[in-house]
Amino acid sequence: MFQMKRKLKSDIAFDVVNFIVLGGFTLMILYPLYFIVIASISDPNQIYAGNVWLWPKSITFDGYRRIFSDNTIWIGYRNSLFYAALAAVISSVLTVMAAYPLSRKDLYGRNAVMMIFVVTLFFNGGIIPTYLLVKDLHMINTIWAVVLPGAVDAFAIIIARTFFQSLPDELREAAAIDGCTNLRYIWSIVVPLSKPIIAVLVLLAVVRQWNGFFDALIYVNDSSLYPLQLILRNILIQNQPSGDMLTDITTLVAQQKVTELIKFGVIIVTALPLLTLYPLLQRYFVKGVMIGSVKG
Amino acid sequence: MRKLKAARKNWELYLLLILPVAYFIIFRYVPMYGVQIAFKDFTPRAGIWGSPWVGLQYFREFFESYNFWTIIKNTVLLSLLNLLISFPIPIPIIIAILLNQLAREKLKKFVQTVIYAPYFISTVVLAGMIIVFLSPNSGLINHIIGAFGGEPVLFMSEAGWFRPIYIMSTVWQETGFATIIYLAALAGIDTHLHEAAVVDGANKWQRIRHIDLTGILPTITVLFILAVGNLMNVGFEKAFLLQTDLNIDASEIISTYVYKIGIQRAQYSFSAAIGLFNAAINLVLLLIVNRAAKKISGNGLF
Repeated sequence: MFQMKRKLKSDIAFDVVNFIVLGGFTLMILYPLYFIVIASISDPNQIYAGNVWLWPKSITFDGYRRIFSDNTIWIGYRNSLFYAALAAVISSVLTVMAAYPLSRKDLYGRNAVMMIFVVTLFFNGGIIPTYLLVKDLHMINTIWAVVLPGAVDAFAIIIARTFFQSLPDELREAAAIDGCTNLRYIWSIVVPLSKPIIAVLVLLAVVRQWNGFFDALIYVNDSSLYPLQLILRNILIQNQPSGDMLTDITTLVAQQKVTELIKFGVIIVTALPLLTLYPLLQRYFVKGVMIGSVKG
Repeated sequence: MRKLKAARKNWELYLLLILPVAYFIIFRYVPMYGVQIAFKDFTPRAGIWGSPWVGLQYFREFFESYNFWTIIKNTVLLSLLNLLISFPIPIPIIIAILLNQLAREKLKKFVQTVIYAPYFISTVVLAGMIIVFLSPNSGLINHIIGAFGGEPVLFMSEAGWFRPIYIMSTVWQETGFATIIYLAALAGIDTHLHEAAVVDGANKWQRIRHIDLTGILPTITVLFILAVGNLMNVGFEKAFLLQTDLNIDASEIISTYVYKIGIQRAQYSFSAAIGLFNAAINLVLLLIVNRAAKKISGNGLF
């Protein structure tokens, strides 16, 4: 106790600095997110005048009304949901198919097969040869071009393999004595035991697919196949809200103001699905990073 | 013979491997084979195999092009700044160490929940947020500048602002998530070390310097090597999205240039050569840093 008291002085200074730095940093992260929310329901004239700081001013849902009245956002939403689901299935199934056999010490030649995967962490063909491949496979302007090229990566295989290696050998030996085949063992023992790692794989794939826009940008020019992020790019970056959103506004100035409002709104609309998944994402992504870092 | 028997026993496992291996061969190795077009005069009609060899012609063309040095400078500068300021070295380490010192578990959880969040925001949304916040007439930042009597700054159309914007947004988006590995490493440090140091009268600053930092040094080394190995791969997406005609003097980096030349203008061989050049630099950097780290600290990546 005596010791503790003596310590206090120099450490109080530390704690104060710590609180200020971490508090400031947390605010710096949080405020922009909060601002987008309040700006999306404020009158654009108030935003232009710089009156929106802490609370929404002259609350209006005009921005959201315009966003949802337009078809393109819905198409993008539907496409992105579909792509994300497809990517999640393809990615997790292929990753488990690669990772489980490689986790087995009694698999002859497993190091050689592992090398096939690991090499791709360090070498890749680059954008152009990949583009030419997708073109040769006649996948341009199909959903496969958006989903397949990035679906599986070696990093996910390493994470899953590390997890499978932690399953006890005795379990499999016992099952084998009972006459359980490898496939049956995987299906009825490994998969149920591996729900956490499968969740990691699914979420990794969903986030990557939901947030990605590059594959769609280079492989797809049919706008009915656009994922949400690409539609968002036209609105946010290129300042081109799609047709139906602004038809009733005549002056250019007013159009510009409503465009700003729409921008705030679409940011929220796009981020919402991942935001609702956030508690899950936080838990499983942290897990994924931990397992991945053990192996490095 | 024994091996053959073991292999036969596990035939189902080999069966499982077929599909993923086929995927990797098609989507990863075929493009690697396709890299040879960097040394050929590729035309879609003749195909990869049938196009004539031209040796280093396209590399030479790139080295001699008028914007070669600008692009190299932009790429190296952007990646170096990124490495030295935001990821993965200084800022995430500082935040992780401070978080680790927070005694109140609930507060720590709250801060973590907040700072991990931006990691899940897409690059498109991030770029959109940047543009909205920095907008000259409606942006928050310019309102603040205006409140102090300053003139509105045209952030997106001045080349000088490109790098600061890029780096600061990376700090905002990735710092939190980057702390996870360091927090895990810090949690692995033996608590007896801290207890003994307290008994010896060490304060928190001293304990951080001598116990925490020393303890996570191997982790820092590995992450540093990986980051340097990826130095020239500085994110295409954000640079591409934040690029405007007016800031192109700073924002044109190798990857955006490859996209422009290869995909938009369909000069496949030329842009494949640039991409290959970039990959080669990366590999050399990775090997050098790994070598150096092994010499200095005794632990490298391979």
